[in-house]
Amino acid sequence: MSSYDIVIIGGGPAGLAAAASAKREGVDSILILERDTQLGGILNQCIHNGFGLHTFKEELTGPEYAQRFIDQVEELKIEYKLNTMVMDITPDKQITAMNRTDGLFHIQAKAIVLAMGCRERSRGALNIPGYRPAGIYSAGTAQRLVNIEGFMPGREVVILGSGDIGLIMARRMTLEGAKVKVVAELMPYSGGLKRNIVQCLDDFGIPLKLSHTVVDIKGKERLEGITLAAVDDKGKPIPGTEEEYTCDTLLLSCGLIPENEISRSIGVDMEPVTSGPIVNESLETSVEGVFACGNVLHVHDLVDFVSEEAAAAGRNAAAYVKAGGTLGEKSKEIPIQAVDGVRYTVPKKLHVNRMAEEQIVRFRVGAVYKNCYISAYLNDERIIHRKRQIMAPGEMEEIKLKKEQLTGFDGLENITVKIEEA
Amino acid sequence: MESRNLTCIGCPMGCLMTVEMENGEVVSVTGNTCKRGDDYARKEVTHPTRIVTSSVYVTGGTIPMVSVKTAHDIPKEKIMDIMASIEHVTVAAPVKIGDVIVANAADTGVDIIATKDIAAV
Repeated sequence: MSSYDIVIIGGGPAGLAAAASAKREGVDSILILERDTQLGGILNQCIHNGFGLHTFKEELTGPEYAQRFIDQVEELKIEYKLNTMVMDITPDKQITAMNRTDGLFHIQAKAIVLAMGCRERSRGALNIPGYRPAGIYSAGTAQRLVNIEGFMPGREVVILGSGDIGLIMARRMTLEGAKVKVVAELMPYSGGLKRNIVQCLDDFGIPLKLSHTVVDIKGKERLEGITLAAVDDKGKPIPGTEEEYTCDTLLLSCGLIPENEISRSIGVDMEPVTSGPIVNESLETSVEGVFACGNVLHVHDLVDFVSEEAAAAGRNAAAYVKAGGTLGEKSKEIPIQAVDGVRYTVPKKLHVNRMAEEQIVRFRVGAVYKNCYISAYLNDERIIHRKRQIMAPGEMEEIKLKKEQLTGFDGLENITVKIEEA
Repeated sequence: MESRNLTCIGCPMGCLMTVEMENGEVVSVTGNTCKRGDDYARKEVTHPTRIVTSSVYVTGGTIPMVSVKTAHDIPKEKIMDIMASIEHVTVAAPVKIGDVIVANAADTGVDIIATKDIAAV
């Protein structure tokens, strides 16, 4: 059985950044396992621009952003295996994987970085009634077909869900000659960026119907049309509001779910809100030496934050390996509580002595908040009270906790992050 | 006096703005919360531009398509002309990021360039 100091599961933006940063910290024995035919992950199919404004101060397309990190991995001579599927990982970090050249094989790792990303919520998870004809795709599948494989899924399109992938695909299908008839969104607000609503829908006269959903699917062999209806404030269809649309294609852009089958097989504790592992300040899961970063941990809005988070995970994995399989002494574990509009936090707990000088805590809010404050408390004492003109569920928020402020606080029991009205 | 309604893309606020125009000149911008909204509105009603991204077929490469973009932003009304200029374009691998795929696309003076490295097989 071969062995490596650090094995990184996934060669997308998170895996690439984690690998590069671990190598720069002085760990030489690193292996990336990637199931696709190329490195770069989902960025390869995100051919639109708008990536990298934070990291590189310029507006790149997805493949260009990925290439910057692929180049780093190549320059640092980090090993990787493509076309390789990881089947299982044990709690003592033995990895079972397979590919066509090596067959089934095992690798022993000292540390593991989970960077498997996320996948789209499928039709089966949405409970849309009707037959199961051809022509119904997740928006990301259609994106891959059009941008990488070179196939058009159809000509007359309805899109359910106004997440960014759905909006981007409305424009993409239109540019390739399809007629996008409508984008329907169950919620009373869009989950996508304003920029995408303007440049992907308004530019092409594509209507966005908020508080609407698909209530029927027509066609047995091939999709022939759908029925759209308005929904009430509980998301239930309102009888009498049904409208018929003919279409040969329905794209679903209804949310992303971290892909954690392997994390579960290791036995790491999971956070039900994010569907990702619970991690501490070091982005370490409940299994020591197993770290998580990127969309497998929680779904991000911007890839720049994925790269930043993954670099931290890579650094911490390197520190763990270099110290002989430990992150050092643990001070008391302090939970971070997410309440009053804050849905979750990453990390969910921290050991003050292991914190960076400035610890970034990321989270999402549960509704649209205008002119409210993000507040953080140490026990009952408020230490952060920052005004935000607007916060929306589609955008990730963050606060920074200063180590000196926490070490100087006597009797720290817990940290609370909440939204407070003005 | 002519007026146009716009949604600002500067931040998630998405201010609904009204631009009053006379003889193609902006008279006033209202509804914005900050300066960025004013700037965006003036550009958007006088000369809106966009970067166009797409993909074209590649032969002899590791994957069938290579992603491309306009090297700079182009006038918004030229988006479909740009798409027409690459409709039947096929390139041969290898392709490097920055390679010119179509020069002076649709007479905009802007090249269409590759955004992905594709190795030859």
